[in-house]
Amino acid sequence: MIQSLRLFFKQGRQYIGNLFTAQVDKKYRGFPQFKPNLCTHCNKCISNCPVQAISEDLTVDIGKCQFCGECIKLCPSGAATFTNFHHTGATDRETLKITPGTTPEEYEKNAIQIRKEIVAMFGRSLKLRSVSAGGCNGCELELNATGNVNFDLGRYGIDIAASPRHADGIIISGPISCNMAYALQATYDAVPEPKIVILLGSCAISGGVFANSPELDRDFLEKNKIDLYIPGCPPHPLTIANAILAFLNRKK
Amino acid sequence: MIEVKNNQCIDLTDLHSVPYDYFMDTAVAQKFRCMNIAARRNKENIDAFILMTSASSTLYLEYVEFKPGKVYPSIGKTVPSWINFERELAENFGVKYADNPWLKPIRFPKDACHKLSMAEYPFFKENGSGVHEVAVGPVHAGVIEPGHFRFMCRGEKIDHLEIQLGYQHRGIENLMCQGKIASKRVLAESICSDSAVINSYLYFNILENALKITVPERALAIRTIAVELEKAALHLSTLSGIANDIGYVMGAAFAGATRTYIINSLQSICGNRFGRGLMTLGGVAFDIDDELNSKLTDTLNMVYDRVSHLRNTMMESPGVRSRLELTGTVSKETAAATGFTGVAGRASGVDIDGRIFMDNPFYKQQPETKYSFIRKGDVFSRTCLRIDEALASLKLVLDILKKLPSGAILSAECGKFASNMLILSIGEGPRGEYIHMAVTGPDENVPFESYKVKDPSFINWFALALSVRNNQISDFPLCNKSFDLSYSGNDL
Repeated sequence: MIQSLRLFFKQGRQYIGNLFTAQVDKKYRGFPQFKPNLCTHCNKCISNCPVQAISEDLTVDIGKCQFCGECIKLCPSGAATFTNFHHTGATDRETLKITPGTTPEEYEKNAIQIRKEIVAMFGRSLKLRSVSAGGCNGCELELNATGNVNFDLGRYGIDIAASPRHADGIIISGPISCNMAYALQATYDAVPEPKIVILLGSCAISGGVFANSPELDRDFLEKNKIDLYIPGCPPHPLTIANAILAFLNRKK
Repeated sequence: MIEVKNNQCIDLTDLHSVPYDYFMDTAVAQKFRCMNIAARRNKENIDAFILMTSASSTLYLEYVEFKPGKVYPSIGKTVPSWINFERELAENFGVKYADNPWLKPIRFPKDACHKLSMAEYPFFKENGSGVHEVAVGPVHAGVIEPGHFRFMCRGEKIDHLEIQLGYQHRGIENLMCQGKIASKRVLAESICSDSAVINSYLYFNILENALKITVPERALAIRTIAVELEKAALHLSTLSGIANDIGYVMGAAFAGATRTYIINSLQSICGNRFGRGLMTLGGVAFDIDDELNSKLTDTLNMVYDRVSHLRNTMMESPGVRSRLELTGTVSKETAAATGFTGVAGRASGVDIDGRIFMDNPFYKQQPETKYSFIRKGDVFSRTCLRIDEALASLKLVLDILKKLPSGAILSAECGKFASNMLILSIGEGPRGEYIHMAVTGPDENVPFESYKVKDPSFINWFALALSVRNNQISDFPLCNKSFDLSYSGNDL
């Protein structure tokens, strides 16, 4: 008993009080800020990007980006940089293509379009069914972490449901392997209407580093509307939390 | 058969194939444990490079040519550690075995040599009155990777559990051989995110051996720190899961919060909570400066204190002990015969530790492991072992941080690419023995002709099936968590 109380005492206060203002480590690679004025057009970053996320005009598609830092290492002039800004969730796929010169504040202002019907239906409680479809367990671990004592997303009424019948939508991680395509569709069909679809991580959004693999079957994404994109490899729990909370208009 | 060392480049022209029957007799007589088989198509034949080890941990390599249409006797029938590798050869290359007792599909890739679909997996069937089946998955109640479990039970008692995996198959080994070299590191890190550090460590070992690069001591120290932090993080995440499954909520919250400190330490080194992006060719991409060193030392000392406190409280709690002890037991004989590695093997008393193969001076100075409990192969042993190993990892990291070697973190030298070589890379990661094997291509632009990854889960999944026999279905989550195996590492 005394031992357990000591443990309780030692645990201390672990939760993050304000998820909206919490900062991540300065080394964290979050929002890309490429500087065209420093660029020498050596094209090293473009040709060596493992997922071809960088285009000629230095637009970075964070729906593809693996945040591996290869471009930062190769850039001779310091034009390729990433900030630790992590509120990168968006409701539109095109928003994830970040043109050079966009500041994090500008991005955040327009990234998430709040929809009235979503806020009315799920604003106070959102239960999600997680489907890992070919993921590497990175996004899954970070999604799990949003529910732990540090991030505690449960305090906002956002939880992972144990059955699709109890869920308001699905959250997909991984590039969607052929072998999971059927199970993903079956899970989606089992969720009662109205329902939302969230894509978690670069693999789910674009196929990531597996985009060219013949073992993927991404038809599901063609057929269904995607409501929220959470980029990252894997996304930080704070990215996940902020994206979902902004989507539900809980960020006040 | 030739004796080999870890990280050795073996010239393929020096290898000569031996007849299968002769090879099989030696393997069966000596009870060699199969570690990995790298295979490739050579015209009609299948070249198989078989890495195995004897009881005294000597590594042997054998080259066998399989011919199409011929039926081979199975080694797995007598030495169970070979069963899964034979299944793999049968699925990917169509090698036919006469009497392998478990010749079922593994990953259902597009180009498989069998024509079965995921829905047609040939499950074993149990007949009789009172027998029923319970099927779970592939999508589970929680945030877990997909896998299908089918229990054959009488009442609540499990007679047999059959595990069908392959849902996560995304073709890593094929992608390794295609496209530019730049994407390969990210691919190696994506084999399994909670083992991203050890997989990229082994991947770069292969590339560095092909290019004859010696990693500077400081870089090696930082690599070792990351490997050990990754291990401690996974052990604590497992511990949190075990505590959660038995309703010991305080332990779950405590272990979960402690794990956050460890992965945040990894993030403060390299900017990613799973250590992605740390490794680079010839060293590491991020240095640990004095300020970070003292910050890490403080955090990890605090973590060490927290974990030891948790051990004393949780493992001495009568409620916890009565639930964990003698649940999900795997005997030493079974573990040794089936070749379980990592916690799954060591908790049953099989002392297999991939670190003895690693060319790493920081592991050479390690004292011999002393076990603070009797290793019975049950959930309790695995839980204790996980805490002890997490503590050992933290201690090693603190030791290295104290005497962090000075010098560069990147090697400047770079030799000529060794083409047409077979290169081995073996290491001990969070789940046991990780092995990468590669046949190098003609030059750096086409680095690998064939690439083979073995995650310890590939063998250890069977330990879970064995451990739940004669237990109840309600014991399954606990057993599953105590092994904490990787789906993505198995499915590749």
